[in-house]
Amino acid sequence: FTAGTQSLRSDNKVTVNFINRDGEKITVKGSPGDSLLDVIVNEDLDFDGFGACEGTLACSTCHLIFDEDVFKKLEPVTDEELDMLDLAYGLTETSRLGCQICLTKSLEGMVARVPESVSDIRQSNDGTA
Amino acid sequence: SNVACIRSLYSAGVIGRGASSSPSPSKICVIGSGPAGFYTAQHLLKARQDIVVDIYERLPVPFGLVRFGVAPDHPEVKNVINTFTQTANHPRCHFYGNVNVGKDVSVSELQQAYHGVVLSYGAEANRSMGVQGEDLAGVYSAKDFVGWYNGLPSCRELTPDLSCDTAVILGQGNVALDVARVLLAPLSILKKTDITQPAVEALVHSQVRRVLIIGRRGPTQIACTIKELREMVNLPGTRPEMKAADFAEVSEALKDVPRPRKRLTELLLKTALEVPGEKEQERRNKATRTWGFRFYRSPIEVFADAEGKKISGIRLAVNKLEGSGEGAQAVLTGEVEEVSCGLVISSIGYKSLPIDPSVPFDPCKAIVPNTLGRVQQAKGLYCSGWLKTGPTGVIATTMNNSFDTARSVVEDLNSGTLDVSTEKPGSQSICALLEQRRVKPVSFSDWEKINTEETRRGEAVGKPREKLLSVEEMLRVARA
Ligand SMILES: Cc1cc2nc3c(=O)[nH]c(=O)nc-3n(C[C@H](O)[C@H](O)[C@H](O)COP(=O)(O)OP(=O)(O)OC[C@H]3O[C@@H](n4cnc5c(N)ncnc54)[C@H](O)[C@@H]3O)c2cc1C
Ligand code: FES
Repeated sequence: FTAGTQSLRSDNKVTVNFINRDGEKITVKGSPGDSLLDVIVNEDLDFDGFGACEGTLACSTCHLIFDEDVFKKLEPVTDEELDMLDLAYGLTETSRLGCQICLTKSLEGMVARVPESVSDIRQSNDGTA
Repeated sequence: SNVACIRSLYSAGVIGRGASSSPSPSKICVIGSGPAGFYTAQHLLKARQDIVVDIYERLPVPFGLVRFGVAPDHPEVKNVINTFTQTANHPRCHFYGNVNVGKDVSVSELQQAYHGVVLSYGAEANRSMGVQGEDLAGVYSAKDFVGWYNGLPSCRELTPDLSCDTAVILGQGNVALDVARVLLAPLSILKKTDITQPAVEALVHSQVRRVLIIGRRGPTQIACTIKELREMVNLPGTRPEMKAADFAEVSEALKDVPRPRKRLTELLLKTALEVPGEKEQERRNKATRTWGFRFYRSPIEVFADAEGKKISGIRLAVNKLEGSGEGAQAVLTGEVEEVSCGLVISSIGYKSLPIDPSVPFDPCKAIVPNTLGRVQQAKGLYCSGWLKTGPTGVIATTMNNSFDTARSVVEDLNSGTLDVSTEKPGSQSICALLEQRRVKPVSFSDWEKINTEETRRGEAVGKPREKLLSVEEMLRVARA
């Protein structure tokens, strides 16, 4: 019985690919209903400074960037999430806050990119500022 | 006698464990235990296994503005304390509270004892308005007012007079909105936060019913962020009161601005101009307190009543804008306006101060001049946080700039620019100096005693924490 539930559970898991700040791909699994922040915490992924407010929509350090097709599949964004997201570095058209994105089966194999840090952004923005 | 010091010498393996075969550690100290200090330490500890980080903090309690700045009704923001606590408990990290760098120990003494010194002592002074009457009773800096309701020991005696109907806040940043919320929020909300008990008692008797938040420039230059604006808009028991004329040219200016500014301005316009729906109208009708932004106004003079003691109003110059967008300049029109009020809180910014004459300091920008966190013309000296960038941005901003500074330190270690070939005594010699000077540091486990006591006192009154309000009491509990 126990083994059965376990295999059932792992069958239910969703594969997520994170791309960290160094451009490395890290593939892990999470349970449907878990937020991407939960996945990162549960899997002990080491993204410096990620999730500072622990998923309470008070920081924007859980900023993630998605591919267009994945972005479209995500649950709609709330005003409160957009409010915090607007403070994120390197905001893009397909940015979301990782603590607000919950896994579903339809997100199987998704890619989520941790944006580059501020110093890199400052350099790339220097010309335009 | 210096228990904090001896304990940490043991855990750092300096005494009592015999000779170690590993190469001697790179010793770095960090000055200040706000977000900048902790994030710098966190990154250093992670980047290299041979780094030991000591954090020196003036107060007996850690976390800087997370404890003494962040508004009591923003407990989520304070979750960063959990990560800071992990850093403080790292085997290669030690906390020395109750050590005032610049007085108890000099920066050059720290440089003697450590391979590298990171200055991250924040921005603790306030910019003054430079207007007549700003010393009158009833005029406070936001820094002091915030310090008072958050239990900063040096602001304990402030006891602001809240017996007036109208309060004016000068400045429109997030700190101004924090102050406005604390003045207007229902006590039923504030009572459940870690706001100090004296502040709760003063607010119980507060007569303030109206808060005007005044800015030099227009709605499209407003400095607050949208989360804080939305909180004002939704604040129970209050309604917004704006002047439609202030928003005359705003929609035109909205076209080509980036999304954050656009959304902020749209919410502002909606709040100020839109006819509310039935439910919102009902809510507004029931409100007993009001708040509003006033734009294009600069303070000229705060004036007193006939007896000359209490303030009775503020004189404002009417401005117009030259240029548009972020770079628009406020210029005087020559017109002047008076607003009656009994309380003025100036929230026009914090400012860093030099703490040691040996450290380069830029008095104009009020920062330590630096390149990517390396203090200019001062080898082995670094800076991070508000001292490095000036007092702007949220904790996430401070985090990123602190990681940047830590990266510079690590780069210099890797390249040999920061020389670690000679062994340094680190906290051992500093603790000896402090002992001579009769300064007793507070360790992180001492702080945890304070933390336990504060939590216990809070629990008794339905708050997450009841802060200890004086350094003496903190020390007493730490040493019990
Ligand atoms: C009123 C207010 C509200 C805020 N609210 C929010 C918010 O809701 N969300 C958010 O993200 N950000 C908020 N911020 C911004 C945030 O607090 C800052 O980004 C951050 O605290 C800056 O970190 P810091 O370490 O540079 O400075 P600080 O936090 O000021 O830390 C400096 C530390 O150095 C110590 N120190 C000073 N002098 C010495 C000395 N001589 N020797 C030893 N130690 C010394 C101080 O005691 C202090 O602990 C707020 C800021 C203010 C002012
Ligand atoms: S973790 Fe802070 S907003 Fe998501």
